[in-house]
Amino acid sequence: MKKLITLTVNGVLHELAVEPRRTLLQVIREDLGLTGTEKGCGIGDCGTCTVLVDGVATFSCLTLAVQVEGCAVETVESLAENGKLNALQQAFVDHGAVQCGYCSPGMLMTSTELLRRNPHPTEQEIRRAISGNLCRCTGYQKIVEAIQAAAGGQHE
Amino acid sequence: MSNYRILNTRARRVDAVDKITGRAMYTDDFQRPNMLYAALLHSPLAHARILNIDTSRAEALPGVKAVVTWREAGTVPYGVSPARYDETIFCYDKVRYVGDEIAAVAASDLDTALEAINLIKVNFEELPLVLDGLTAMNDGQPRLHDQYKNNMCAEVHWHFGDIEQGRRESHIIRTDKLTSKMQDGAFMEPQSVLAEVDAQGDLIMYSSTQAPHYVQRTLAMALQMPLHKVRVIKPAVGGGFGPKASCSTAELATCLLAMKTGRPVKITFDREQVFLHSRARHQFFHTMTTGIKKDGTLSFLDHHCILDGGAYASFGIATIYYAGSLLGGPYRLKNMKYDGYRVVTNKPACGAQRGHGAVIARALFEVQLDRLAEELGLDPIELRLKNVMEAGETTCNELFVSSFGMREALEAVRDSAAWQTKRERAGKTHRNGKGIGAACGFFVSGAGYSIYRSRTYHCTVITKVDEVGGGVLVQSGAADIGQGSDTVLAMITAEELGITLDDVRVVSGDSKLSVDLGAYSSRTTLMTGHACREAAQDVKRQILSAIAALLSVPPETLDLKDGFLVSLAGPLDISELRREYLREHLGFTDLPEGPQLTFAEAGRIAFLELGAIVGTGKYKPPPLGGSFKGAAVGTSPAFGCSAQVAEVTVDLETGRVTVDKITGAHDCGFAINRTQVEGQMQGSMMMGMGEALMEQIQYDTKGRIVNANLAEYKIPTALDMPHLEAIIVESHEPHGPYGAKEVGEGAIMPVIPSILNAIYDATGVRIDELPITPERVVAALRTGGK
Repeated sequence: MKKLITLTVNGVLHELAVEPRRTLLQVIREDLGLTGTEKGCGIGDCGTCTVLVDGVATFSCLTLAVQVEGCAVETVESLAENGKLNALQQAFVDHGAVQCGYCSPGMLMTSTELLRRNPHPTEQEIRRAISGNLCRCTGYQKIVEAIQAAAGGQHE
Repeated sequence: MSNYRILNTRARRVDAVDKITGRAMYTDDFQRPNMLYAALLHSPLAHARILNIDTSRAEALPGVKAVVTWREAGTVPYGVSPARYDETIFCYDKVRYVGDEIAAVAASDLDTALEAINLIKVNFEELPLVLDGLTAMNDGQPRLHDQYKNNMCAEVHWHFGDIEQGRRESHIIRTDKLTSKMQDGAFMEPQSVLAEVDAQGDLIMYSSTQAPHYVQRTLAMALQMPLHKVRVIKPAVGGGFGPKASCSTAELATCLLAMKTGRPVKITFDREQVFLHSRARHQFFHTMTTGIKKDGTLSFLDHHCILDGGAYASFGIATIYYAGSLLGGPYRLKNMKYDGYRVVTNKPACGAQRGHGAVIARALFEVQLDRLAEELGLDPIELRLKNVMEAGETTCNELFVSSFGMREALEAVRDSAAWQTKRERAGKTHRNGKGIGAACGFFVSGAGYSIYRSRTYHCTVITKVDEVGGGVLVQSGAADIGQGSDTVLAMITAEELGITLDDVRVVSGDSKLSVDLGAYSSRTTLMTGHACREAAQDVKRQILSAIAALLSVPPETLDLKDGFLVSLAGPLDISELRREYLREHLGFTDLPEGPQLTFAEAGRIAFLELGAIVGTGKYKPPPLGGSFKGAAVGTSPAFGCSAQVAEVTVDLETGRVTVDKITGAHDCGFAINRTQVEGQMQGSMMMGMGEALMEQIQYDTKGRIVNANLAEYKIPTALDMPHLEAIIVESHEPHGPYGAKEVGEGAIMPVIPSILNAIYDATGVRIDELPITPERVVAALRTGGK
């Protein structure tokens, strides 16, 4: 039995008929075609699929779409405005924080939440915030540096 | 400083913006109209005879479009090394590990495909298991494959120099052991495949592969298709590190289903399947006896190794050779003996993983050097400096080292990490849980020979100037799997043609574009870089000759620089060419002006003269290596080397190890992109640290993986990782483009041993089994850690 839900994704209101067992990740990727959010494990271990739900970093693979009925969801596709990268994205590009790029959308969403909550985090606060987002390419060094630079206003 | 405009800078990756806006397309991001979803039936048993496979209930399930087993797929053997083809698309006589593939289903949705898999009934006759690599070759053990007597998949016996002479010259001789565990690639993107058959009957497969060319060959061979009718396309790939280099059943089965149904078919592994498919790091059991003279020079190495390779050969033949050959450097070692045995067991097959074959061997040898230094009363870095090779030398196993910044790298980490001060502070007694350790590494910069025997070029590059002028398209089969090869190719092209990175587009990773052996053995920058440079120079020569003829000047007086055609011999009269260009562009704005022709004008006019301006480049290494059996593995046109210092804190109560800082230096010859070189080094440090401290695949007594997920198979998080200092050493490799050689894998070599040595410095006990879990540290502290 499908259930009718409303969901605001990246500022656009959607009315969707979804089966209750479908995850937010599936709905974002398959129903809305927003394939920027990737799936790394499907069971909440890697953080790859992180999106913001009402501003809170959330594993979309562990969240049923019906659970977030009426919520505002933000994905990586929302970060650039009018084709212009935001400061955090620009910092990721400039600091070489991207290699394979598969963890990048989740990493960006987690750090977006961090910087909204805590605009000037310490290195340790950054590391703690992204510790649920696994990256196998970078050793995290350049990701941490990029978030520090964005917080320091170097990419406004 | 370099005279380059683009090379050696921190240019931004060409794919970075796509990747941070969500636009980058990985294989699973693709959808096709009428696409079917595939699922695989994996063996639940580690070793069993297949008596019967009944697919009738699966076939009857509404929504199922095709079910395939060995009956449809055939039993053409395939694998990685032609000498060891021991896999078939599906199991037909036996299953050999938990996860071995028996059947595949394509259905209109994934749920139906998975349900159908559950409806396939297989009758097995269970067979006794071989799970222990150390005893797998013993007489009386069950046999996995008819062709591997005593489960021996491959063995290597080498003797270079004379180890008996080395023994006689030795002042100290010691024997040590190190054991590791199987490890997983743990790339973030699970394998994904989308296959379709086009209107001409060509098979087109999109796959998260590292090696489109080899996969194309394997698909054509195993599916019995003409090679040119098979096209492999690699979209964005979320990391590979080796395990994505070999062709998989997922790829073959998806193609078969697409051929059978005439519809696009997709499969994407879940994380458990990534672990089951594996093809990642082998388990190694190393024993080394090493001798050293009174003055600290090495006299011999007698090396014995057993590799547990899991159920199939995969890349394991290369692995066993690398495990021995890469100890030939970076130290002068005249006498070396190696006896390697790769056995098969009822576990997922192992293959290549970053630092292929050589990582654990390197770890033990570097630990031995530390122990020998201590017995001799020498500083461990001093001992290493005494023995390092210099450029122009050849190892005892005939590897020629044409550039070698080993000494510089070692001195760089010693000084940057304030080694002397920290060692002195430690004094003669071991610090209270604080330690510092060093190690070196040595690695190939591209395998000297292709996997199949051939005179093939290892890569070609085709570079074309846009006929409208201004842009350049680089076409290559090279596989950017996140390491950044597309950016390297764009930078080389822009540098050669005097244009900006933005003027260059790279399309790559498509077997239809060019031959490229793929992203393995740290080969792309050196090999495809060479071909790319040659293609760009070919383009440049054509443009300059066309313009030179029109202007009646010698072509050698012309050059392309900073976006313009420049004259090296006084001013040129370009007015006629300019007029022609302007006449073609009536109504356009932003037209060229000034005394020099722009690159866009030059390219356009050259096209008007000559037609398409297409440059080609190619590369293959010269004949390399000695004449002994297996001499081909370990050869390379160049060798990278690296040094590292790790600083650790060990909790002497709980055994928990914290890495406080890693300082690494790597000789990459010449850094095409400095940010990317550092990124490869830092990524290597992380992977090596994970393998040192936490990563191990664990099995139960039935051969089932008990931690096939990223919570229980732990890889380092941002909180585990310390500050990573990456120092670039540039020795200017004569065989590399612009002097460049590898960084992708070599940088992992010193990570594990520098941590092992630091832990000894911190605690006074040695650990001889990886990973270095708190339990093992506590046990070693209790027993004194022999």
